[in-house]
Amino acid sequence: MSESIQPDVTVDSRGATCPGPLMDLIGKVKKLEPGTVVELLTTDSSSSHDVPEWVDKAGHETLDVVEHEDEGYWSVFIETTK
Amino acid sequence: MTERIVIVGGGTGGTVLTNRLTDELAHEIDAGDVEVTLVNDTPEQTYKPAFLYVAFGKKTMHEARRPLSDLVDLRHANLLVDRVTGIDTESKHLTLAKDDGGLDYDHLVLAMGANLDPDEVPGLKEGGHHFYGPNGAEKLRDALAGFTEGHVVLSVIGVPHMCPAAPVEFVLMADAWFRERGIRDQVEITYTYPIMRAHGIQSIADWATELFDERDINLETFFNAEEIDPEANVVKTMEGTELDYDLLVAIPPHTGSELVSDAGLGDDGWVEVDKNTLEAKNADDVYAIGDVADLPTSKAGSVAHYAAGTVAARLASRVRGLVPTETYDGKTICFIESGMDEATFVEFGYGDEPVVREPSQLLHWSKLAYNESYWLTARGLI
Ligand SMILES: Cc1cc2nc3c(=O)[nH]c(=O)nc-3n(C[C@H](O)[C@H](O)[C@H](O)COP(=O)(O)OP(=O)(O)OC[C@H]3O[C@@H](n4cnc5c(N)ncnc54)[C@H](O)[C@@H]3O)c2cc1C
Repeated sequence: MSESIQPDVTVDSRGATCPGPLMDLIGKVKKLEPGTVVELLTTDSSSSHDVPEWVDKAGHETLDVVEHEDEGYWSVFIETTK
Repeated sequence: MTERIVIVGGGTGGTVLTNRLTDELAHEIDAGDVEVTLVNDTPEQTYKPAFLYVAFGKKTMHEARRPLSDLVDLRHANLLVDRVTGIDTESKHLTLAKDDGGLDYDHLVLAMGANLDPDEVPGLKEGGHHFYGPNGAEKLRDALAGFTEGHVVLSVIGVPHMCPAAPVEFVLMADAWFRERGIRDQVEITYTYPIMRAHGIQSIADWATELFDERDINLETFFNAEEIDPEANVVKTMEGTELDYDLLVAIPPHTGSELVSDAGLGDDGWVEVDKNTLEAKNADDVYAIGDVADLPTSKAGSVAHYAAGTVAARLASRVRGLVPTETYDGKTICFIESGMDEATFVEFGYGDEPVVREPSQLLHWSKLAYNESYWLTARGLI
């Protein structure tokens, strides 16, 4: 399914330590219009559940989480709603 | 032909880089083969980490500033006090606020730091204090000095923001400071953070959460301030919660530089760079170091410092016709105050999980000693 998701914006947080992928994503999302699809690239396994948890709290939507096992990273697709 | 290296921004990154280059390339500069120019919009440099201490009346702004002419080697570098107003990476030309002719370059390094953008959150300018700029730190010092009871809220709003440790330090120092003044029992302290824990780094979050608990500092997570009501003294969040305050200390929203977005070098004003070579992704012969670079690590002085070392080595190889091999591995060092007389220390590279050391008085003195000797660092001496 995710093969068909075309992100409008990509946030590449692979290798990010401080302050981390979710913080990178929040910084970006705050500046986006509603209806923007964002792909977060992260090497941090905990992001695959932390990110959807925040997305849900903030009232946005998680579209998909895809693991790129060979390359060792995850793509988290979200859509802004406000 | 002379190779012209131009560095925009005479903060931590820009001065360390200028000094590394003039040291390394002194011979080539003397022979007229290389020219190094540092452009800064003010004649002096401001040392930002001092703001935290200014807020508690432990340092003055006067101590936080030094003339750039004392920090760089003027025999080998040109110092231009002017504001860069435009970057054309095609014609390799910079426009300047004062000098109509502008400035041409062969190699450009951007080191303009980060800017504050409090207007991004309605009501913040009217309702909130901060210690992220010289005026803000002085106003907060006065507000804190007159504060005897009520609710102090430290809210991390800016993402990304300079020095991810400073907000934790602020509440731990505030706790100790109110205790010293004998009024801690009349003051409630709350720390708010955007994600599900107290800090982006898990180990720092765990360490801070335990300390907050011990020191009676409230922790609010998943808290992204969206609007401040300065009349009612209320913070409203993206997540739909509200928090009352008597004194709001915010880490304000940050932006990069408009020059960067206008030149197509990166969104939101942060330069998109290769995280190891620090070369801009969207233009040739352009590098970015320090806070203006979109690096996956902290916006911290130590990052600006180490990245400057990498770019100096790469540029030295370039002008000598050699293949540059030096790379930056994300090395970041942070001293973290955990009160008024103790501190801890973390060190990490890209993708590492740092270990938080046991806080000690020695590390506190090390941080103060570093602040004192910072000017030697800027001059490239340590
Ligand atoms: C309260 C606080 C506490 C901090 N504590 C720490 C700490 O304990 N440890 C740590 O490592 N870091 C700390 N930092 C972060 C550190 O100060 C910054 O990361 C560091 O200064 C970044 O260096 P820089 O060279 O990228 O930018 P800066 O030092 O900000 O310098 C940028 C320079 O560029 C100039 N400039 C900008 N635009 C232009 C233009 N268009 N034309 C010409 N000149 C321009 C500016 O005037 C400035 O001189 C702290 C920051 C704050 C705010």
